[in-house]
Amino acid sequence: MNVDSIRDGIVIDHIAAGNGMKLYRLLGLEALDVPVAMITNVVSAKRGRKDIIKIDADIPVNFDVIGYVDPSATVNVIRNGELKEKKQIGMPEKLTNVLYCKNPRCITSCEQEIEHVFRLSDRQKKEYRCVWCETKAANL
Amino acid sequence: MVRSVIDVPDLTTDELDRLMDTAEDIIARPDDYADACRRKKLATLFFEPSTRTRLSFEAAMYELGGNVLSVTGAGTSSAAKGESVADTAKTVSCYADIIAMRHPKEGAALVAARAASVPVINAGDGGHCHPTQTLADLLTIRREKGRLGELTVGLCGDLKFGRTVHSLINALSRYEGLKFVLISPEELKVPSYVKNDALKKRGIPYSQTTDLEQVIGDLDILYMTRVQRERFFNEEDYLRLRDSYILTPEKLKKARADLCVMHPLPRVNEISVAVDDDPRACYFKQVLNGKYMRMALILMLLGLKGGIPA
Repeated sequence: MNVDSIRDGIVIDHIAAGNGMKLYRLLGLEALDVPVAMITNVVSAKRGRKDIIKIDADIPVNFDVIGYVDPSATVNVIRNGELKEKKQIGMPEKLTNVLYCKNPRCITSCEQEIEHVFRLSDRQKKEYRCVWCETKAANL
Repeated sequence: MVRSVIDVPDLTTDELDRLMDTAEDIIARPDDYADACRRKKLATLFFEPSTRTRLSFEAAMYELGGNVLSVTGAGTSSAAKGESVADTAKTVSCYADIIAMRHPKEGAALVAARAASVPVINAGDGGHCHPTQTLADLLTIRREKGRLGELTVGLCGDLKFGRTVHSLINALSRYEGLKFVLISPEELKVPSYVKNDALKKRGIPYSQTTDLEQVIGDLDILYMTRVQRERFFNEEDYLRLRDSYILTPEKLKKARADLCVMHPLPRVNEISVAVDDDPRACYFKQVLNGKYMRMALILMLLGLKGGIPA
């Protein structure tokens, strides 16, 4: 299967197979009116199977979301059809308005202006906790 | 952001020790502190019912020679009009030098601290943190046992929702030679993240049991807690677990002569009134120690020395 190269935009590569659609939704890519290619189950020497997302436009992307969904994903920044930068994202220390606290006793449950901020509390377990009430984030 | 105290980990072990030293000095020489907070104002913002903690803060400020501005109940404040915690904190910062706040929502005190331009002391945010209770507990243990290490500490009752228990485990785990005995019904055991963070990671020995009488003879400290109705969504669960442990003079016969029985209060029926006359009952001393520790904390956060050199 061939998907054309992009000229100015980003390629999110090495996404664990199955995480691509999750990332697509969390990044809000369905709302964009630019070409976006979602390629799933590509054969990968490193991971066996992987997903790839190509966005053919120079738009801001929330790298924290990518790092949270799949810390081993890479982001390739393409300019004039050439690879300008390759970023390994890793797990972000803090997530703002990506996850939402489900604790009904949390202050965020009654005050809508307060940002939902989660801090990485255990890197090994990939565990995030709400900075306000310390409740563990539910898995996406 | 000015220094606030939202949870016990906001204080270093050195600061905890220093606060206890200040509290002991206040107890020994109260007159030296009688004007320490002259012309300073404490605002007590209590959006949830409380007798002990609010009065303790207010008594603490009065005994330091300061004044108190008080709000009790969300219904009588701007919160009833929909004002946010952050806006309330910013407004009150214009009137007071320091704020003590209790709120039913977890994290509310941190929201207030980030917005306020004066120090905020968390006087309880729902089931989350209640650091000044822990300060009262630490001073009580130190005064009663002469040390905070080399002790076997039994925690009994609601160890799942009991914020004072989690906070006390975290605070005591900084000291050497402690052993914990966790006594609770299966449904109200200490959450695994508390055990992992405070005990397992630090290699602190602990055991878990449902039988108080079996272990009471091993304890230096017995910290009883109330099963709190307000922490349950289901009334049936509350009623089933409410009477799990009731400490009576009969059960105390098996305990050591120098056991220290503690309780954050208010109690319902988990300590029989007949235990109050036993010299091992320390829970009303805890109340008094809480006032002294709140005095010490107010002094620290206002940068005032009182009687002890900074």
